[in-house]
Amino acid sequence: MSQKIKEQVKQLLADKKIKGFLGLREENGHVMPYLFCDPQELDSLSVGDWKKPGDARYPLNQILIQLTMAYPNETFGVLVRGCDERGLRELLKWKQLEEGKVIPIGMGCPDELAKACECEKPFPDCQIDGPKGEGATSQRLSKIEAMALEERFQYWLKEFDRCIKCYGCRNICPMCFCNECSLEEELLVEKGDIPPDNPTFHLVRAMHMVGRCIDCGLCEEACPAEIPLRTLYKKMTEVVAEEFGYKTGYSIEEKSPLNLIEVK
Amino acid sequence: MEFKTVLTTCPYCGCGCGLLLEVLDGKVIGTLPSKTSPVNEGKLCIKGWSVHEFIHHPARLTRPLVRRENELKEASWEEALDFTVRRLREIREKYGPESIGVLTSAKCTNEENYLLQKFTRAVLGTNNIDHCARL
Repeated sequence: MSQKIKEQVKQLLADKKIKGFLGLREENGHVMPYLFCDPQELDSLSVGDWKKPGDARYPLNQILIQLTMAYPNETFGVLVRGCDERGLRELLKWKQLEEGKVIPIGMGCPDELAKACECEKPFPDCQIDGPKGEGATSQRLSKIEAMALEERFQYWLKEFDRCIKCYGCRNICPMCFCNECSLEEELLVEKGDIPPDNPTFHLVRAMHMVGRCIDCGLCEEACPAEIPLRTLYKKMTEVVAEEFGYKTGYSIEEKSPLNLIEVK
Repeated sequence: MEFKTVLTTCPYCGCGCGLLLEVLDGKVIGTLPSKTSPVNEGKLCIKGWSVHEFIHHPARLTRPLVRRENELKEASWEEALDFTVRRLREIREKYGPESIGVLTSAKCTNEENYLLQKFTRAVLGTNNIDHCARL
């Protein structure tokens, strides 16, 4: 599937339009992030499909921020799926990346992955490879919403109760870029408590994902306690879309809901 | 410019989670859980997530220290090893092998841990050996 991506990256490197291409490579049976600076290395390029489509995805945009901080004058290519492209737009808006310094190389996700993610738009606009699948609505969310309010609250309390406070959801998040994190603030989150304040800890994080969460699902995949974080953030994103008319990551010009001061 | 991720095993406990060290120009700048490791399948605990923090930490010991006049001072390996041998021998002769205990580390390899238990049992002559992963 990655032939067109390889060709485009080769061209960009040959034309010196990018210093390197941040993607994934397969090495000794493992898939891992890698910066391709030499076109000859592209044979080992992986798009993050290992045993199943998209089961070896990594937060490439998060690594990209670190690369551009170390090399602010260079331009990089980066492998993006639909969610990553939405992420790039928000990161540009939040000034974590500089426009013109990033060239996204897009691939669409196969149906199997799009369905597993219940992804609204499983392909990027800059797509050059892969299928252009159909979007889906979240069945998992509807299932939880069908519960009565008290039952739903109890459901979430029980889920959050398993949290071992590994901070994995925050650490892997390509949209978590704050230097100071509220979840490490003793006034908000008591130190040494496991599970952390329930439900405050997870609801604080959900609130901070407003205008940021692009539904990549890496948080849920990284959670050792299998808390359905993605479903939680999907709901938050839905509220933001309904109440503020803001679709996270769909437009680079649209103002973030946190910039609005109108009272409804 | 070189950026790569290096697959390694978490040095903290006996689970052996696979993790990826993010290496930019020879410096470790971050940790990611390995998605392809059959042990942890893309998940880590808080200790694993923080592995990169101690690698280049300024407080990390990079040379042996020997206490002289109640103060830890940098020493050569030869000097430190000589001192250790002399004191272990003195303590063993005076109080017996059971007066010595050895703690080894999860940050070593299996082979290093094996060597240390062998040294403790066969050379020092005591079973007083334990490992930080059991604490």
